[in-house]
Amino acid sequence: MSTPALLQLGLFLLVLLALAWPLSSYITRVMQGENPGVLRFLAPLERSLYRIAGIRPDEDMGWRSYAVALLLFNLLGALAIYGLQRLQGILPLNPQALAAVTPDSSFNTAISFITNTNWQGYAGETTMSYLTQMLGLTVQNFLSAATGAAVVIALIRGFARHNAARIGNFWVDVSRFTLYILLPLSLVLALVFTQQGVIQNLLPYQTAHTVEVTQFQQPKLDAKGSPLIGKDGKPVMVDSQTRQQTLPMGPVASQEAIKMLGTNGGGFFNANSAHPFENPTPLSNLLQELAIFLIPAALCLVFGRMVGDRRQGWAILAAMLLMFVTAVVVETSAEQAGVPQLSAMGVDQQASSMQAGGNMEGKESRFGIIDTSLFTVITTAASCGGVVAMHDSLTPVGGLVPTFLMQLGEVVFGGVGSGLYGMLVFAILAVFIAGLMVGRTPEYLGKKIETYEMKMTAITILVTPILVLVLTAIAVSLDAGKAGIANPGAHGFSEILYAFTSAANNNGSAFAGLSANTPFYNIMTAIAMFFGRFLMIVPILAIAGSLAAKKRLAVTSGTLPTHGPLFVVLLIGTVLLVGALNYVPALALGPVVEHLQMVSGH
Amino acid sequence: MLKTLRPALVLFVILSAITGLAYPLLTTGLAQLLFPYQANGSLIEKNGQIIGSQLIGQNFTGTQYFWGRPSATSPQAYHAGSSSGSNLGPTNPAQLDAVKGNLERLRKAHPTQTATVPVDLVTASASGLDPDISVAAAYYQMDRVAAARQMQMARLHKLVDDHIIGETFGLSGEPRVNVLALNLALDGLTAR
Repeated sequence: MSTPALLQLGLFLLVLLALAWPLSSYITRVMQGENPGVLRFLAPLERSLYRIAGIRPDEDMGWRSYAVALLLFNLLGALAIYGLQRLQGILPLNPQALAAVTPDSSFNTAISFITNTNWQGYAGETTMSYLTQMLGLTVQNFLSAATGAAVVIALIRGFARHNAARIGNFWVDVSRFTLYILLPLSLVLALVFTQQGVIQNLLPYQTAHTVEVTQFQQPKLDAKGSPLIGKDGKPVMVDSQTRQQTLPMGPVASQEAIKMLGTNGGGFFNANSAHPFENPTPLSNLLQELAIFLIPAALCLVFGRMVGDRRQGWAILAAMLLMFVTAVVVETSAEQAGVPQLSAMGVDQQASSMQAGGNMEGKESRFGIIDTSLFTVITTAASCGGVVAMHDSLTPVGGLVPTFLMQLGEVVFGGVGSGLYGMLVFAILAVFIAGLMVGRTPEYLGKKIETYEMKMTAITILVTPILVLVLTAIAVSLDAGKAGIANPGAHGFSEILYAFTSAANNNGSAFAGLSANTPFYNIMTAIAMFFGRFLMIVPILAIAGSLAAKKRLAVTSGTLPTHGPLFVVLLIGTVLLVGALNYVPALALGPVVEHLQMVSGH
Repeated sequence: MLKTLRPALVLFVILSAITGLAYPLLTTGLAQLLFPYQANGSLIEKNGQIIGSQLIGQNFTGTQYFWGRPSATSPQAYHAGSSSGSNLGPTNPAQLDAVKGNLERLRKAHPTQTATVPVDLVTASASGLDPDISVAAAYYQMDRVAAARQMQMARLHKLVDDHIIGETFGLSGEPRVNVLALNLALDGLTAR
């Protein structure tokens, strides 16, 4: 990896840690019910919210009630998004008069946004009205992130409390995380984005009179408006020209800010963060990268603070950082190396002071290779899924890295809350494995890990690989699945594997050549997203409830310390081992084969 | 369940109103107040008519203009109402054919150019609306533009250099040239 790339990575990590540390202190205060500092002027709003809703904020819930409240709340979210999409044609704030979204796509998008996946089968600028973007998608960007945060806070309480029957109040956790953390951060970030050039308005799309006339071909339409098919079975094309360029508008910055802070990743436009109106400058790009990792990084430190041993939080963060940095190095090197077939044709892919070089297909000039690679690793290490480049056009190894990061279970920072709860489950597995090696009952943070916790751990660790591998196998076996493939050969398999990996792990990015807006993929990916989210959350809440009820054991000479380098290595080893065992065969059929084909010149 | 329904419903409705209406509308108000130019799309106007956005690339094919990157939007290139990349994989024969086609077109248009072709000129951007090209890509086209405009090379070279946008903090992003801005400046010179 080149020096500028290392400097860029160093700058990113430095700013990230400098911001995450104070934020972790603030989040801890807010989630422990203390005074939210400068934002205490919102406290009357919070109190009246509870009063109208009939919530008693001091009344904690057991894990079952917590889970029921969570599921019901998310179900309402799904219904609201579905309804808004189906009715947007007759609702206000729709200057482009966009029609109702199809039932299967609306269903897919509803599941996608409540599960914090934000997989998008549709193209935003030609599908969603401003009202749907704001009141449907932006709302779930907030609430799905707050849901994830609530679950991890409940799990942390499970470790921190002892002999307790309850793990917190879901309504209070969601409200406070939304009002005091996500909302103020988003408002500030949205305004900075606007300053950089991200648009924020409610205007109809504008028309520009371009400098040159654009010549192009488009399908000839018959009287009914459907394309005319010629004798050769292909649509008949007619020459056209235009001197007009439609410039899409909309409330983009407000959605962009929470899209990143909430690790959602659903773009306002089809090109997502590669679109100049979503991500106009290298600075806006750096801020988007920071926003993705900010809360997941801070939550690790919140964990340390809440269990009363900050080193525990740093150990988890260190494990994430080590895996992340390794991924950045591999990704950047692969993309910088470019495609040998292009060099053979006489294309200059060498990086210099005058050009980024490397594999520039599907990338933007302002970001080049270094910024793009860093963003790509961040967005898939975290379960963000916003993209700054077209992942389908990455080199084989460049595509393998994001795929494998998601397959690790989105625990390298991961989503807001979900990254840390996923990682804490791996920590439980790691101490269990260590316990087996020395023949001692495993314990983590003074809590004995017993059969019940291990059963729940097994469910959460197995659910996503089963979803990914089974659904991929089904899709490649059926014509409906194979019909979506855009690139031939091994790469086509990678497209489908990536789609289900992304959906089940709630990432949401895509190898976007895959035509996924079909009833088959809309339903299959919705299944992956829904169970990939809630079949994790419910067992994790069960673990939280079970741990809270246990008494705390004293540290003895036989206790495995879980804050040192030994444990960090053990934890990384566990994550990589489970990921590799599950996915190496599938990866071998996709990106590995394609890489070998590329370097051997086939 | 019913005991849970009331808090769920009320909380959902109020939080939706706060995050889905109050927040985006407040952001819109503040953005329009503080940064109206950027908030409305960084539009470039000439004689009261919108001729483009600083941030959105346009399709250029004339010999007197610098050309942007290949665009995969459909049906026409640089169709800003429908952003999209090509999504072609590196080993897809269609991708290699596309690059080969772009290469031949460029070499034919630049017969005096002996340098290898910069990669960004033969590969489609992610959004299909990339406003920029690399500095190398701008230099590659200077001979052709200078000949078409019968312009002194030194003068054109200076104009291009004046339009180079450097890295942010000397670190983030890539040095680049905004194609629309450069072409408008060229037309401005000729008009004078």
